[in-house]
Amino acid sequence: MATAMQCKSQAYNLGPVTKIPEGEGRVFQVGPTAVAVFRVRGNGVRATQALCPHEAGPLADGLVGAGQLICPLHGFMFELATGKPIGNACPALKTYEIRVDETGDILLRLDH
Amino acid sequence: MAKKQRLVVIGNGMAGARFVEDILTRRGNHLFDIVVFGDEPYGNYNRIRLSGVLAGTDDIDDIFYHPLAWYQDNGVTLHAGVRAGWIDRVCKVVHAAGGIAEPYDKLVIATGSTPYIPSLDGVTDETGAFKTGVFVFRTLDDCQGMIRYATHSRKIAVIGGGLLGLEAAWGLRNRGAEVHVVHVGPYLMDRQLDPSAGALLKQALENVGVSIHLETRTMAVLDERHVTGLTFSDGSTLDCDMVVIATGIRLNVDLAKQAGLLVNRGIVVHDDLSTQNDPDVYAIGECAQHRGQTYGLVAPLWRQAGILADRLTGRNPKAIYRRSKVSTTLKVVGLDLLVMGDKEPDHEGDEVVTFVEPSRGVYKKLIVRDGTLAGAIVLGDSHVAPRLLQIFDREEILPENRAELLFPSAEKSEAPGVGDLPDTAQICNCNGVSKGEIVAAVIAGHCSLKGVCAATRAGTGCGSCKPQIQALLSLVAGGLEVDDPAAHYYVPGVALTKAELIKAIRARDLRSVSAVFNALADGNEDPGSKPGLASLLKTIWGQAYEDERDARFINDRVHANIQNDGTFSVIPRIYGGVVTPRQLRLIADVAEKYHVPMIKITGGQRIDLLGIPKEQLPAVWEDLGMPSGHAYTKAFRTCKTCVGSEFCRYGLGDSTGLGIRIEKRFQGIETPHKLKLATAGCPRNCSEATTKDLGAIAIEGDKWEIYVGGAAGSRVRKGDVLCVVDSHDEVVNCMGRFMQYYREHGKYQERTYDFVERIGIDQLRRVLVDDAEGICQRLDRDIQAAVDAYVDPWKEGSDPVHPDQFAGALAPLGQVEIHAKPKG
Repeated sequence: MATAMQCKSQAYNLGPVTKIPEGEGRVFQVGPTAVAVFRVRGNGVRATQALCPHEAGPLADGLVGAGQLICPLHGFMFELATGKPIGNACPALKTYEIRVDETGDILLRLDH
Repeated sequence: MAKKQRLVVIGNGMAGARFVEDILTRRGNHLFDIVVFGDEPYGNYNRIRLSGVLAGTDDIDDIFYHPLAWYQDNGVTLHAGVRAGWIDRVCKVVHAAGGIAEPYDKLVIATGSTPYIPSLDGVTDETGAFKTGVFVFRTLDDCQGMIRYATHSRKIAVIGGGLLGLEAAWGLRNRGAEVHVVHVGPYLMDRQLDPSAGALLKQALENVGVSIHLETRTMAVLDERHVTGLTFSDGSTLDCDMVVIATGIRLNVDLAKQAGLLVNRGIVVHDDLSTQNDPDVYAIGECAQHRGQTYGLVAPLWRQAGILADRLTGRNPKAIYRRSKVSTTLKVVGLDLLVMGDKEPDHEGDEVVTFVEPSRGVYKKLIVRDGTLAGAIVLGDSHVAPRLLQIFDREEILPENRAELLFPSAEKSEAPGVGDLPDTAQICNCNGVSKGEIVAAVIAGHCSLKGVCAATRAGTGCGSCKPQIQALLSLVAGGLEVDDPAAHYYVPGVALTKAELIKAIRARDLRSVSAVFNALADGNEDPGSKPGLASLLKTIWGQAYEDERDARFINDRVHANIQNDGTFSVIPRIYGGVVTPRQLRLIADVAEKYHVPMIKITGGQRIDLLGIPKEQLPAVWEDLGMPSGHAYTKAFRTCKTCVGSEFCRYGLGDSTGLGIRIEKRFQGIETPHKLKLATAGCPRNCSEATTKDLGAIAIEGDKWEIYVGGAAGSRVRKGDVLCVVDSHDEVVNCMGRFMQYYREHGKYQERTYDFVERIGIDQLRRVLVDDAEGICQRLDRDIQAAVDAYVDPWKEGSDPVHPDQFAGALAPLGQVEIHAKPKG
C-alpha cells in the first residue's frame, strides 16, 4: 500500500461554504470520487465517503451533530472526524482533509 | 496542563469497581491518578452471580468483569488483597499495612459489608478462625471453599432463611447434598415476604428437596475436629457435616468511624454522596446511608457510582442522587420470585389485590397506593414480573382493571415466554437478532434495555420486539437490570421528560432546536434528538417556531420518503381516495415523462411514484400540480374511506364525504408519530376503521362511532370507542381534539395505540368527552390554529428555502494549489 507521502494528492475548491445549508451535508462529485461534505454548526466542515458501507445509504442526507453522523437509511452512526462506527459493526468511513479558506471557500484534499 | 488530582477508592467490589469503570468511561483518567484498595486478591467480579457459581450454573470465568491486567492497562493502581488500615483526614492520606501510604485529593469509601455472625457456641476455634466445615457466603473464596468442601459433604445446614441463605441452600442442593435451612423467623424471607408467600416458597423449596426448619434458633455448632451438627434452643439437634451461616450482614463502617466521619447505620452522605463532615470524602454502595436508607442491591449502588463519576469528572457537576426504589429477585432456577416495595398495606386507603393458586405455587399480591404500585410480591409467574417492575420503578398509574396486571392479555403474555425459546430463535425480525445474541449482550454487561438494543441493534427497527427483549433482560440479568433514566426522556439528548421539556422551552423562550441544545444540553447537539425536538417546537410555537432545516430528517427536508437506493417516493394527496380522470391522466403523464420505475397503489388509497431522484422532485411536483400527501413524515397521513351511502347498498352514512372533509382539514398536521385514519359507512367496516389511529364508523340511527388507538402494523390492536356522535361536524371536532391532546402528551415516535394504552381510554373519555379538566375549548382552538397555519410543503419546489435544497451531486469549482497544510 502506498503511504500518504507517495500518494498523489490533489486539492479542489468546492466553492463557497454557504452552498451547504448550516448543519447539513451535500455530495460533491470530484472526478471518479463522490464525497459527502458536511457543514457542521459552528462553521466547521467535514468530509466522508458518500455512501454508507452498510447498504449504500446516501450519507450526505444524514443527520449530524455533536461530531456524529447518522445514516438516513438504517440509523447507523459514525464519528464525523474519524469515520469510526459508533455502536455498530460497520467498517469505518473514509474521511478526507477539508477546510474553509479565508475567503469562505471549501478546500478538499483528495488522494486519487 | 493542570496537575492531575489523586483519587483514592477504598473498596473494589460491586460499587467501588463500578465507580472506577464509570470514571474511566467519562475519561476521568485525564483528570485523576486513580488508586484502589481491594480486600480480595482479584480484579473485580460480579458478586451477585456467586449464587450461580455455587449452583454450578455459572462459570467462574464468566463472572469476572475485569482481571488484574485491566487495572494496569487503564493506569489504575490496584492494591489487590490489601485492606486499607486508616484514613488521615488532616494530611489526606490513606494508610495500609506494609507501609503503604496513598495521598488523596478525593477519597471514595465503598467498603460494602461483611457477613454478620451471631454469637453461637463452637463457631470459631481458639484463634478466632471458623472451625473446619463452617462457612459464610460473601466472597469468591467463600464460594470456592464451599464448593470444595461440599463435594464430600453428605448433609449441609444453612443457618438463615433469607435471600442469601436460600440461594446458598439451592446452590448446594444442586450439587447433590442433603440441605437443611434453619430459620429463626416464622416464615422464609420474612423481611421481604408476607406469611402466605413465605409458606408457598417453603413448599416450593421442599419440592426440590430442601428441608426447612422454621422458628428454630441455633445455639451451638457441634464438632469433633470438623462440624458434626447443630443444637437448637428447644434442645433438639441436627446432624450435619457442613454449616453455612447466612444470618445477615454488617456494614463495614469502622474505617469511616475511626476517621471521625458521621456514621449512623451506614456512613451518612448528602445528596451529592459526600460525607457529612468532609466534602472531599465520599461514600457509595452498601456502606453509605442516604436519607436514612442503606441499599444492599446492585441497581442503587450502580446508580450512586454513576452519579458520583458524573460529578467528579465534571460531566454533570450538578448530578445528585435521589432515593432508589428497590426490588429483589430470588435467583433460584425454576423458582420465580420477585419482590418490590412494601409487602403489607401501610397507609390508610391502601388497596391490596391478591391472587393465590396453591397447587401450582402461584402467589401474586399488589399493594396499590394512590393509583400507583407501592409494592408487589410475585411468586411462580415470570410473565407478569417485568411489567410490574417497570410500573413500580416508573411510578406509572395503574390500569383501573387491576386484573390486567396480574393476568396480562394473551397478546402481551406471548413476549415473556421467550425464556423457553431456543438460542437460535429470532427475536428482532427487523435486524435479524437472535435470542442467543441478546443473551450474550446482557451477560457481557449491557444491563439496560437501551444498552442491549444499542449493542445488538435488536429493537431498533419497528420496536415491536422490545417487550421480549425486556423479558430476556430480566430473565438473564436476574434483577440486575438497571432502569435507564433516558427511557423517560422525550429525546435521549436532553435529560428531561416531555412535560419538563415543554415547561423549560416555554419558560426560557427557546424557539429553535439549537437554542434548546444550548440552553438544556450544554450545546451538545445529539443528532438523533434533533427531529423530535423540531416536531415538539413546531407544536409549541406554531408559526413562531424558528425552523432549522438540519434538525429535520431528510424526508422532511425534501418532503418525500427516502428509498433504499437513495431515491424518493412521491405520493400526491388524493382526498378520501377519490380521484378524477384528469388526476389519473396527470399522474400517468408524469410517470411517463420522468420514466418512473414503479407506480404503486398504496394501502392508504393513493398512488405512489417510486424511484424519483432528489433533484427531480420540484419538477415532478410542478407537473403533478397536486398537494403533498405527507407520506413521509410524522403527521396526519391519509383517511381511507369506503363508498358508504353514496353507492354502497348497505351504507348507513356518508363515509367518503366525511373522509374527504377530514383529510382536507387535517392534512399535514404534525403529530408525535404518523396518523392513519379511516371512515366506514357501516359496521361491516370495509375500510378497516377499527384498526386505524383514528376511525369513524357509521351505525344505525345516523350516528358515528369514533375509534382511537387501533393498529394493524407491527402490532395489531382494535381501537377503543372514544364516543358516539351524531354528525360529521362532531366527528371532525372530536378527532381534532384527540389529535391536539396527542400532540401535547404523546412521546416522540409513540404511536396512538401505545399512547391510548398508556393514558387509558377512561381517562381520555373524561378529558376529551366529559371535559373533566376544562381544556376542550382550548384544545379545539389550538388544533384550529394548527389547521390555519398549514402550507403545502411542495410549494418549496418552486420557492426553495435554500438554492441547493434539492441538489443532487455538486461539482467542484476547480483544482487549486494548496501550499500550507490544510487544517481539518
